[in-house]
Amino acid sequence: MRNVDIIIIGGGPAGLAAAVSAYESGCRDILILEREEKLGGILKQCIHNGFGLKMFHEELTGPEYAKKYIDKVIAYGIPYECDTMVIGISDDKTVTAVNRVNGVQVFKAKAVVLAMGCRERPRGALAIPGYRCSGIYTAGTAQRLVNLEGIMPGKKVLILGSGDIGLIMARRMTFMGAQVLACVELMPYSSGLKRNIVQCLDDFGIPLLLNHTVVDIKGRERLEGAVVAEVDPETKKPIPGTEQCFDCDTLLLSVGLIPENELTKMAGVKLGESTKGAEVDESLETSADGIFSCGNVLHVHDLVDFVSKEAEKAGANAYRYVKGDMKKTGGGVEVKNGYGVSGTVPQFIHPESMDEPVNFMFRPKGVYKNAEICVEAGGQRIYSRKSRILSPGEMVNVQLSPEVFKQVPCIEDVTVKVEA
Amino acid sequence: MEKEITCIGCPMGCSITADIGKDGKINSLSGYSCGVGKKYAYGELTLPKRMVTSLVYVRGTNKPLPVKTSAPITKSKIPECLGAIRSVSVTAPVRVGDIIIKNVLGEDADIVATGEII
Amino acid sequence: MFDVIIIGGGVIGCTTARNLARYDLNVALLEKASDICEGQSKANTAIVHGGYDAKPHTLKAKYNVTGNGMFDKVCSELDVPLKWNTSLVAAFSESGIPKLEELKHQGEVNGVHGLSIIGRDEIIRREPNISRSVCAALLVTNGGIVCPYELTIANAENAAENGVRFYRNAPVTKVEKDGGQWRVQSGAGTFTSRAVINCAGLYSDVINNMVSENKFHIKPRRGEYYIIDKSYAGTFNASIFQLPTKMGKGILVTPTVDGTLLVGPTAEDIDDRDDTRTTSGGLAKALKFGSATWEHIPMRDVITTFAGIRAHCDRDDFVIGEAQDAPLFFNAGGVESPGLTSSPAIGEYLADSAAEKLGAKAKKNFNPIRKSIPKFREMTDRERAQAIASDQDYAKIVCRCETVTEAEIRASIRRPVGARTIDGIKRRTRTGMGRCQAGFCTPATIKILCEELGISPLEVTKFGGKSKMLDRYLFDKGGGNHA
Repeated sequence: MRNVDIIIIGGGPAGLAAAVSAYESGCRDILILEREEKLGGILKQCIHNGFGLKMFHEELTGPEYAKKYIDKVIAYGIPYECDTMVIGISDDKTVTAVNRVNGVQVFKAKAVVLAMGCRERPRGALAIPGYRCSGIYTAGTAQRLVNLEGIMPGKKVLILGSGDIGLIMARRMTFMGAQVLACVELMPYSSGLKRNIVQCLDDFGIPLLLNHTVVDIKGRERLEGAVVAEVDPETKKPIPGTEQCFDCDTLLLSVGLIPENELTKMAGVKLGESTKGAEVDESLETSADGIFSCGNVLHVHDLVDFVSKEAEKAGANAYRYVKGDMKKTGGGVEVKNGYGVSGTVPQFIHPESMDEPVNFMFRPKGVYKNAEICVEAGGQRIYSRKSRILSPGEMVNVQLSPEVFKQVPCIEDVTVKVEA
Repeated sequence: MEKEITCIGCPMGCSITADIGKDGKINSLSGYSCGVGKKYAYGELTLPKRMVTSLVYVRGTNKPLPVKTSAPITKSKIPECLGAIRSVSVTAPVRVGDIIIKNVLGEDADIVATGEII
Repeated sequence: MFDVIIIGGGVIGCTTARNLARYDLNVALLEKASDICEGQSKANTAIVHGGYDAKPHTLKAKYNVTGNGMFDKVCSELDVPLKWNTSLVAAFSESGIPKLEELKHQGEVNGVHGLSIIGRDEIIRREPNISRSVCAALLVTNGGIVCPYELTIANAENAAENGVRFYRNAPVTKVEKDGGQWRVQSGAGTFTSRAVINCAGLYSDVINNMVSENKFHIKPRRGEYYIIDKSYAGTFNASIFQLPTKMGKGILVTPTVDGTLLVGPTAEDIDDRDDTRTTSGGLAKALKFGSATWEHIPMRDVITTFAGIRAHCDRDDFVIGEAQDAPLFFNAGGVESPGLTSSPAIGEYLADSAAEKLGAKAKKNFNPIRKSIPKFREMTDRERAQAIASDQDYAKIVCRCETVTEAEIRASIRRPVGARTIDGIKRRTRTGMGRCQAGFCTPATIKILCEELGISPLEVTKFGGKSKMLDRYLFDKGGGNHA
């Protein structure tokens, strides 16, 4: 059993930023546990650019963005173990990990930062009927195969899901010599960035089929075709007679992410219904003492820059906790999702003891034009800002200072909502 | 000639229409709702440029090296640029920022490594 | 030249092979697909049936009851997960109660013990998550669940270790008499044998009808299922049946030995024996009927769907034993449900029958014990440390969802009748069977398969044939270019 002040589970963008932040706050006993061969997490395979605009005012590729943090980790001498999988964690912060070199290691941490990221939702979760042939991949797995392993999964590609990862892969597959036939999207809008629609689909004449989905898979052994149908925008049920078959040998799915909360559950941490990630307060501490969460495992982000900012907070607060500097009174006040709002993080705040700004982050439930984002507490409106457009594809960030809350006498709960 | 594009400045995705003369100059522009859109449209409709990211063959292995253009290049030259990247190979060591192809296609941009091979 | 050739590598064929391995006989098993257990045996409800459902005095009834009684011993010897979780046949309206009484009586005629009718209160006490419209149920204390593919593979491994030869990618095209022998033409070559045992499942009629005038015909009957995430383990304890119809036992909601839950199967007569597609209609039906038992099936926690095809026979019963007009040709024909439950009994019977006819002697050194690949996910921390100390590959977790290590994947390839495909590894280790359905582990699994078999990633298949996983390298090994 080895004692460590702060253990960080995951060496991707969230874990790296949390580690650097904890160090810069003064912590000198940190350990990053990363299951892949190298640090960097998902950024290692995101070879496209667009990262770091807000953080570094540069347009970096994923590996370059990760390098900024990895370089600091190395410069600071922050210990890390790669090829190491955390297989157990208890609510008293005993962390069990395995790797080839050290076998089974048991650590007792003063604080833990959960930064495990996500896996992807598969075809099975959508229950797409048809044959269960080869040639169907989630977009991220295909990205890994192409960008890290140098292997193309197929030649003729259909993409289901117009989130950013699907759009990025449309361009990547096209660049690397495949033919991308279309991008099929269930909703009436794409949740991806406009920039990606233009630069990944429009630039190559790849059609975007909104209000469509895949209803059948052809090909007993290897995929031969995908049948696509239009759906009723209300019920999402396929409209009979609108079927068309795309001859393809590869289907890439970009249909949602599964936050990797197996360990979170093992630690007895309470998970939020809408985010499927841990419930946290303004310091990003979960329901378990001294266990913090940040990054995609907490809630799915669009911009890695915000992952880093969030993780910085988690890392710094983890060290405050270790030092005994966290002053919180009581269980906190619930933050509710009002109209048009989904998945607000943090789910609880302590208005009386807050001593740094809180960032409410949420996803709009739909597309709202010329709407107002409002925060209400103790029956009063404490914040509002107008927005020309809100869409589910772009996470909203509302930063409020502690003073704003201190001005409201009796806060029983907080509501974040949209007024359209 | 009339041309229509989607602005990528923000999720509004304004549809901007331009009237372009025979010489390629923009006679009029409409549909944008802010300065960002106007500026983007001018650039995109006269000389669209793109950053290009791709993969380079590393001799002796199948694991590729990620690269990018050091600046946006003319959009119509993307296929040629990808071809230029495909025609080269590298060996270890390579550091992030190493120039793999200097001044690719005369576009005033280099192909630089964004990953490293030790 | 063999003493016995078994056609078909499902649970019946592999069980028969293991039982034949008890004798001093030269035995070969021919499997048409790229791996054993590619047919019905991998796509069923995994139930060890109590035996109340089969009609009395049929072979189904006989082998179900006998087979059920053999499961403890077989699963213990072969280290296969088995759970006697009981079955409940639930009636959701009063009008169903007479049918329950009928099934109870039928079971008793079949020789089943421990059957009783229980009322609503008791059902809800046992199963707090069952639909509140339940009225009564038949409690079947000798009902259980097993892992059907591990059972099949375990039988095969044990058979191979005791001398049986396995040929995969060996579809049988012709069986004919050649003097005093049988000549069997297959994709793996032409073999001669003194005896042939037909365990060809969905194609058992085709094989039988090559040699016997006593013909039967398989009418494929497809069943579709949902699999629900194991985070719902414990939602139901028993396997909950609904009242049977003439098409079969109806739609179940059942836990599996792995903690997931199955909802299904439907029953649809189809023409194509290999049409294992799931369909929107079939899946909708599974949900509709399944929700009579489980009112709020958690759709967000479906991890996948699948379909299996029953080898339903036009005789409406198993066809077991030596063909009257074809000496030393034995049938296990039309083995649909309760085939899995019946498998220990059928396998033993066919092997003993053939051995007797061939005048075979018992093998002195037959070893009935087979140990499964030690599973990291089931080990204590101490056992894990020991496993890693003896094999470092136990420290590398490849399948995150099911906690499967590299050591287990390598073992699954190296063992007798080992995996050669992605699905082969899946069935032997559970790699890729979890909530991300192989999204995370696939690149690593492909790599391990290539290392173990000395093949290129471009040759790796999901389940043999044309089911290639990948297309091409970005770059040729030799040079820079790829168009």
